[in-house]
Amino acid sequence: MTRSGPALLEIRSVSKHFGGVHALADVGFDVRAGEILSVIGPNGAGKTTLLNCISGVFHPEGGQIRLDGAEINGLRPSRVAAHGVARTFQNIALFRGMTVLDNLMLGRHLHMRNGVLSSLAYWGPARREEVAHRKVVEDIVDFLEIEAIRKQPVGSLPYGLQKRVELGRALASHPKVLLLDEPMGGTNHEEKEDMARFILDVNDEWRTTIVLIEHDMGVVMDISQRVVVLDLGRKIAEGSPADVRADSQVIKAYLGTKATR
Amino acid sequence: MNPSTLPQFLLRNALEFPGAPAMRKKDRGIWQEWSWAEYCDHVRAIALGLVRLGFKRGDKLAALSDNRPQLYAALLAAQAAGGVAVPLYQDAIARELSFVIEHADAKFVLAEDQEQVDKLLELKASLPKVEKVFYVDPKGLRHYADPILMPLEELGKSGQALAAERPELFEELVAAGRAQDIAVISYTSGTTGTPKGAMLSHANYLAAVSGVLEVERIERSDEILAYLPLAWIGESFFSLGLTLVVGLTVNCPERPETVLENLKEIGPQIVIAPPRIWENLISAVQVRMEDASWLKRSLYRALLPEGEEAARREMEKQPLSPGLRLRRALGEFLVFAPLRDRLGLRRARYAYTGGAPLGPEVFLFFRGIGLNLKQVYGQTETTGIGWVQRDGDVKLGTVGKPYPNVEMRVSEAGEVLSRGPAIFVGYYKNPEATAQTLRDGWLQTGDAAMLDPDGHLIVIDRVKDVTTLTDGAKFAPQFIENKLKFSPYVKEAVAVGQGRPCVVAMINIDMENVGKWAERRSIAYTTYADLAQKQTVYELIGREVERVNRDLPEATRIRKYVLLHKELDPDDNEVTRTRKVRRGFVASKYADIIDALYSEAPSVAVTTTITYQDGRQATLSTELAIRSAGAEFAATASA
Repeated sequence: MTRSGPALLEIRSVSKHFGGVHALADVGFDVRAGEILSVIGPNGAGKTTLLNCISGVFHPEGGQIRLDGAEINGLRPSRVAAHGVARTFQNIALFRGMTVLDNLMLGRHLHMRNGVLSSLAYWGPARREEVAHRKVVEDIVDFLEIEAIRKQPVGSLPYGLQKRVELGRALASHPKVLLLDEPMGGTNHEEKEDMARFILDVNDEWRTTIVLIEHDMGVVMDISQRVVVLDLGRKIAEGSPADVRADSQVIKAYLGTKATR
Repeated sequence: MNPSTLPQFLLRNALEFPGAPAMRKKDRGIWQEWSWAEYCDHVRAIALGLVRLGFKRGDKLAALSDNRPQLYAALLAAQAAGGVAVPLYQDAIARELSFVIEHADAKFVLAEDQEQVDKLLELKASLPKVEKVFYVDPKGLRHYADPILMPLEELGKSGQALAAERPELFEELVAAGRAQDIAVISYTSGTTGTPKGAMLSHANYLAAVSGVLEVERIERSDEILAYLPLAWIGESFFSLGLTLVVGLTVNCPERPETVLENLKEIGPQIVIAPPRIWENLISAVQVRMEDASWLKRSLYRALLPEGEEAARREMEKQPLSPGLRLRRALGEFLVFAPLRDRLGLRRARYAYTGGAPLGPEVFLFFRGIGLNLKQVYGQTETTGIGWVQRDGDVKLGTVGKPYPNVEMRVSEAGEVLSRGPAIFVGYYKNPEATAQTLRDGWLQTGDAAMLDPDGHLIVIDRVKDVTTLTDGAKFAPQFIENKLKFSPYVKEAVAVGQGRPCVVAMINIDMENVGKWAERRSIAYTTYADLAQKQTVYELIGREVERVNRDLPEATRIRKYVLLHKELDPDDNEVTRTRKVRRGFVASKYADIIDALYSEAPSVAVTTTITYQDGRQATLSTELAIRSAGAEFAATASA
């Protein structure tokens, strides 16, 4: 079921170091339109750094990152988001005191056109816009099956549900590329299965291209079309889940050198 | 021509009040509405679509869906085309489904979404008679290539095309329906053996409805919230039968989890719920009151007993003193009305409980806060009706009097028998069971009961469940269990004693409420089994057991109890889909625990196999503590 097309996100020999530590060294690969690509690797391999470079939190010292042909490295996160990149965070970035609905509406912020002044007058264009955004958000609520918690403050929800809401918040901006940083981290078995299903459904329903960082190998192998493996800031393998699993370098990185004897 | 089938009532409604609301479903946060004309259009489209696919008179359409307008439309469409609707429990697992769908000879199946489609595809090999599976929600199904699948929308489009070619066809099909035709096959889960398919004719439904209408005042402007499985006769009586005949509006909740919120938004005039829901509501109130402000809690605690006392006196037809009247009025103003409003019961003219007995405490609570809660009693085989408490003549502990068109008596053996036009046609493809249940037109309900001097029926338990201790003392396990379940901390209970010297109980704690209770006391726990085995939780439940024992005759008090390590689950065959305990099965499955309860052992080790939703199995092993009721009390007394 390869439904992926040409390269949507091109990562070309990206390097990033912190002091003397090479977090990323000359990493390059393509993310094809419509695919689910997983980035895996042992702790400290540079996975989150890579996501931070793509989303504009860090600016790589070397290399290029292009989205749909447009250069996006060096842009501020808000500009990268405007190009169509959305992400979730390992340790959930939501407004805990606000309701699920409000958090999702914030995810639409990027697409809101009315300024402060017209928003103060509730009627007219600002209201029409609000209704339109609310519809998008309600589609996401329906999609993620979170109707029952719409009006609850995020902070009062179980962790697994917060993760789901965060996915919703990222989806609300209708991104071209969705970066997911350990969406299943810290969740139980059932929540994992739900999340895996939602990721597949997002990819399927909206053709959203997904870059996934995940520790759970079972999930990664099940849902991704391709896998990129990082170790100590370098790409050591790239290919289908089956190829990567059989790759001797990957086995070495995960199990240590002695395991190969 | 007077309508004599459910689809004929649909046509009448679409003709007489086309613009009135028929169905609502909350979607995208907004209540979306179908008028009767629209409802009829949907049914027409689906019915003709079915005809195009070769659906003939007498064919069956099974349905596996939460309550939503499309489910009702599809079931009515099957009936309109002269066929039979077979609603299934949507949480049924594969094994149960394959039996029922195969046994019912279903030609088509309606599945709500990907989850249900997956279940059916897995069973495809064992369902050779199923020709098509229609699905309502296409999410996640885009790449399913199986030719057996078809979107319901596509079926409707194909039907619309046929309607354009032959505009009279639908009306002709509906007109050809006869009252004696089978409308629904309702599979009774049954606490013993395999499910049986009770065949209910249109005439059965109409008789049941007219019986109810003779007793209650139900109007076309009334609303109901349809949230219970349509496979349960109570729901299909209300949201199919009564609704079509009277022209009510049916509201479907957004999701199963939003039922209480949606109840509040709709404020239905008629509410029907099994005991489990009433118990849940009460638990929710009690838990909320624990967290409420001091003032609210004090008012609630001071005035609730007054309301209950007034309700009790009214039920016993005793006069109310002016002081009590005043205190109740105060309670109504300060507590009861706001509470009913909170629960979405403020507009409820009739609230019914049925399906299983409701504990008297729960009953009294709701009548105490001013809700006209009434017990109905009936079986699938009587189209859900039979006996009901009448307004102004509600007696605690009874199920009231028979509906005017139902003949009832209690046999010499103490079994309830009933006869009349609402009695079902028979079990599908099971003449032996039919012959056993229907004798000379009398339905043998299998329920043990007696009539009180005023002619109110008191249902005791299933005839086969009435239990005798070795000393000859008799008791009804359900009676004790319902008393236990009144506690917000007890989810389920099984009382045992047949051929034993005394009564013992196995108890399921209520994870949510006990969990909250533990959190407030900073008691850390991990799993259900862990929480259930906490010493403090045993003490908590021990107090509940003592409370129950105080109301029981000495001979049948609970002597020992154990908190089970897992909840009784329909997927494990321990309870039915309507949450009735399968006694025989539970007794044999937990024989070790029961034996330990009758021994001197302080605890018992259990290993259990549990079945997950997807059919996988896992084993758990735990050590369960056994306690004597009143042990703590006895210990302190002797000290």
